[in-house]
Amino acid sequence: MSAVDTFFIPLLKIVIVLNATLVAVTYMVLLERKVIAWAQSRLGPMRVGPYGALQPVADAIKLMIKEDITPVKADKWVFTAAPIISMVPALIVYAVIPFGPEVSLFGRKVALYITDVNVGLLYIVSVASVGVYGIILAGYASNSKYPLLASLRASAQLISYEVAVTLTLVSVIIMSGTLSMVGIVRAQEHAGVWYAFIQPLAFGIFFIGGLAETNRAPFDLPEAEQELTGGFHTEYSGMRFALFFLAEYANMIVVSSVATTLFFGGWLRPFPNIAALGFLDIVPSWMWFLVKSFVFLYIFIWVRATLPRYRYDQLMRLGWKVLIPLAIANLVITGIVRVVMLGAGG
Amino acid sequence: MAEAIAFYVISAFVLGFAIMVVSTRDTVHSVLFLVLDFLFVAALYVLLNSPFLAVIQILVYAGGIVVLYLFVVMLVNLKRPPEAHQDPHRRTKLGLGLAAAVLLELGAIAGASYSSPAPAVAATAANIPVTGNTEQVGWLLYTSYLIPFEIASMLLLVAMIGAIVLAKREL
Amino acid sequence: MLLSAALFIIGVVGVMVRRNIIIIFMSIELILNAVNINLIAFSAQLQNQVGQVFAIFVIAVAAAEAAVGLGIILAFYRNKETVNIDEMNLMRW
Repeated sequence: MSAVDTFFIPLLKIVIVLNATLVAVTYMVLLERKVIAWAQSRLGPMRVGPYGALQPVADAIKLMIKEDITPVKADKWVFTAAPIISMVPALIVYAVIPFGPEVSLFGRKVALYITDVNVGLLYIVSVASVGVYGIILAGYASNSKYPLLASLRASAQLISYEVAVTLTLVSVIIMSGTLSMVGIVRAQEHAGVWYAFIQPLAFGIFFIGGLAETNRAPFDLPEAEQELTGGFHTEYSGMRFALFFLAEYANMIVVSSVATTLFFGGWLRPFPNIAALGFLDIVPSWMWFLVKSFVFLYIFIWVRATLPRYRYDQLMRLGWKVLIPLAIANLVITGIVRVVMLGAGG
Repeated sequence: MAEAIAFYVISAFVLGFAIMVVSTRDTVHSVLFLVLDFLFVAALYVLLNSPFLAVIQILVYAGGIVVLYLFVVMLVNLKRPPEAHQDPHRRTKLGLGLAAAVLLELGAIAGASYSSPAPAVAATAANIPVTGNTEQVGWLLYTSYLIPFEIASMLLLVAMIGAIVLAKREL
Repeated sequence: MLLSAALFIIGVVGVMVRRNIIIIFMSIELILNAVNINLIAFSAQLQNQVGQVFAIFVIAVAAAEAAVGLGIILAFYRNKETVNIDEMNLMRW
């Protein structure tokens, strides 16, 4: 493999993916405000640009020129590092998410994913568990009671739902037999049906867990404005606050992408094995991926606009007493079915 | 060649952070250095052809255990400022003396093993029918090492119950 | 291997010298990690996966021990309000 292949092409992919993600994240803010507004029979941001399309630019400028306040007795290093620790895991997950299979571009075979690690799925889970640190450290570094308590509650919420989500992922692994993300998509192609239909319970738990993991409604108690005076990012302002905010949206996009890859066939068109529907191949693979992820993002926002907020103890009860037993039951059933299938099929 | 450089760089970081863990006054900083340490150790595992274990290390150790430590540190720190570290010097000397003893012992073992080559390891490696690091580990776990696996899960269960019982306010 | 020996020694020193019990626990984790590095290094060199299996067990045991140990610390702290080992001498009443 020439130097171009091993170095420049991945570099180019990284640049494209990172830029696309950051732009997508900023426009997520606008999208959310618009969708929630429509759900509430109003119009949302309309002033800046046509139909408010340039609103993120205005928001970005506002946040960047805001004064950067650091609390007096706060731990400077940790205070600065916390938003970064929140943002980085959300971004580096993109290294293993497959947007599409290998295509030929400009006469050269290029795979539409940055890399395909053999343990891709575990990598995503472990990176997500590191993201918890950003929240804990933000609360601690603010050196005041309310952010600290809020951050501890938020991180407890996160690590609780991590368990349920990881268990559902194991069910997916049993079905597909591989940990690599590309392998899972190919397994769905092989099976001819998306995993969401074989494993609806796993998908449901994954989605609810994803809502809780990203601190999104109805589980957004840690950051709701009416509770604990703004939660763990009370003391943050300007660019650092923007980083937290964007990290949350980036996490949302990550969960949507992972849900698409694992449960809805990634880049595959609907019914990939039925040749009669081959006319759907006109739409490029990555477009399918983006459309599906977008549907999930929309559902995220839709849920936020619709459901009331869970109280903290209800939230923890839901995670531990409901989701985890369901996930374990799903896992056991999946295992049994798989063994029976393998035994029968040979 | 690049691998050797990577190894030395990562090792330097690992050792450096470990020293910071042991010597920092502030407990929270200590925990943070521990996390960084674990992350670099995971990188080391990748270098040593064990990506599965590297990811497990990040997931369990760095993402779980150290979070637990951080929680406890914060709960403990809520009421008091970081402790002043008065250090009776005899304690330090005892610690360093013990460390020197361990070092000597390790050196003796290393010297002895260099002089007489170790016997060949049993050919368990040849019996694993699947390829790919994760699959190999899984195969071994479920066939040759099934009993330790089950015992480990019982251990974890007991530990979980124990931790809950210990930390409850009222029984 | 030298690396893991060095890490081990740092951990031991930490256990001996520091008096904040949480840091002592973390030094124990360092020691366990050093052992793990050793196991995996051997596994890589001998092309034998048993080392990795064992390392997984070590991680599991470390997790269990950390959980229970921290539980003990919390229970102790509630009663005596200190994390200083010198003051944790309940057995010497």
